[in-house]
Amino acid sequence: MSDLRDLYQQTIIDHTRRPRNFRPMPDADHHARGHNPLCGDRLELYLKLSGDRITEATFTGAGCAISTASASMMTEAVKGRTIAEAQLLFEKFRILLTTPIHENVSLDGLDKLEVFGGVREYPVRVKCATLAWHTLEAALKRDDHEAKTE
Amino acid sequence: MIEAPTAAGTQSAAPPVWNAADVRRDFPILHHVDRPVAYLDNAATSQKPDAVIAATTRYYKSANANIHRGVYRLSVEATDAFEAARTKVAAFIGAPDRDELIFTGGCTESINLVAMTWGLENLRKGERIILTQMEHHSNIVPWQLLAQRTGAVIEVVPISAAGELDIGAYQQLLTQKAALVAVTHISNVLGTINPIAVMSKMAHEHGAKILVDGAQSVPHMPVDVKQLGCDFFAFAGHKMCGPTGIGGLWAPRGILEAMPPYQGGGDMISTVEFAGSTWNKIPHKFEAGTPNIAGAIGLGAAVDYLSHLDMRQVAHIEAQLLAYAEKQLQTIPGLRFVGAAADKASVISFTLDGIHPHDIGTILDQEHVAIRTGHHCCQPLMDFYHIPATARASLAFYNTPADIDALVNGLRRVIEVFA
Repeated sequence: MSDLRDLYQQTIIDHTRRPRNFRPMPDADHHARGHNPLCGDRLELYLKLSGDRITEATFTGAGCAISTASASMMTEAVKGRTIAEAQLLFEKFRILLTTPIHENVSLDGLDKLEVFGGVREYPVRVKCATLAWHTLEAALKRDDHEAKTE
Repeated sequence: MIEAPTAAGTQSAAPPVWNAADVRRDFPILHHVDRPVAYLDNAATSQKPDAVIAATTRYYKSANANIHRGVYRLSVEATDAFEAARTKVAAFIGAPDRDELIFTGGCTESINLVAMTWGLENLRKGERIILTQMEHHSNIVPWQLLAQRTGAVIEVVPISAAGELDIGAYQQLLTQKAALVAVTHISNVLGTINPIAVMSKMAHEHGAKILVDGAQSVPHMPVDVKQLGCDFFAFAGHKMCGPTGIGGLWAPRGILEAMPPYQGGGDMISTVEFAGSTWNKIPHKFEAGTPNIAGAIGLGAAVDYLSHLDMRQVAHIEAQLLAYAEKQLQTIPGLRFVGAAADKASVISFTLDGIHPHDIGTILDQEHVAIRTGHHCCQPLMDFYHIPATARASLAFYNTPADIDALVNGLRRVIEVFA
């Protein structure tokens, strides 16, 4: 049995209590809503782009510790990255959460996001951690539909 | 005569003739698993006693045959066992006539059956279907589907902050073309026990029928459909120690005989010709195809088991446990109860300040405590309280104060993690 602290690392608790970039952005270039029907978590993501580079990312919403911290840390992580870089980061993040052994895949560049590695032991919580990222994908596609984890 | 205790335990009752420790050994999962769990998710499904597991196994091992068909001995035995289960289940809910008890796949199917037969036949455009703010999705969505097809209109009885129905508002709604009331007997989130007998009388005074969702009441208190005075009573087997995939619908003979069939198929017909068919008598008219024979037999065994325990004692023991749990939970800082009805069953919904219910659930799981977290299939009720979810501990007669202590200690751990 894994230790609870593997899941609820101090960084995650910190981001849950004081989410970064937690505000609406009225002049956002891209915007999408995310919803996890399983637990009712909802978030709204706002992006500003310069060319294909994300210059600002903010969010609002209500969710569990994992989904809130994930959204908070994602907005920090994607700021300054190109769309392609952000997508690659999501791909690595997803592998971190779902693949037990990832020696064949380089997860370099995840940096702080590696604190979510503990989620791997809690399969029902993976969707909490990926909600913000699914919403990011929807926002970048200018998809007006709600991003869902189900 | 022993007076039946209310679920809130406000009336005195005879001292219990058994306690949780005695009955726990009847439930293999409570002591056979590697990691014993304080199982506090009984409103989702109950655990199964040996007697139920044995009854379904016995059917498959020694009496398996289709029913109502064969002339051979095995089929006759299977038919007898299936119909004996019907008699037991009907008696358990106080049905005056065993033929008024229809076996369904569960409470959800029972409600859908009424919507798609009685509802389609009887509801007219503009007539009202009265629901309440505390209904489970399974007692909302079938009526929405029916409303879409008939033009009937859904109205909702509001509740107080404590989680009790506004009976004055109900009275008002009944005066406006009310055709059907569909209400839960006990809320699966709040534990509120609704005053069904009064509500039935009021509905009938206005010419409306009333359907009662008994999924949470049959497992936890004595239920008598005659005393409730309702027109339809739906319930689930798996929440009352029975197998999954079996449930019941009760309605008086007159209503059932006037209703069109639900599904078409074998067993529900009397004669079949291409020019047209005629229907079997009740209850078979509503049981097309091979039913869940093992499930029905298992449910019959569950009813035997619960009858042996005596539902008055079950209610009494659960009321004591509820009082203990509420007292202990009050010591947790930041814990807020959701639902504080005067007449309440052993369901405790709560939130912890600043901590999402899903995080509570995950951490409690690590502490070997199983509770439910989420919207509990009651999104309109969550909206009423302006919360996305609650944590819910729901108790059964086989739970012990030690299970409650595990919950309380687990919640202290939750607070530590987030400190």
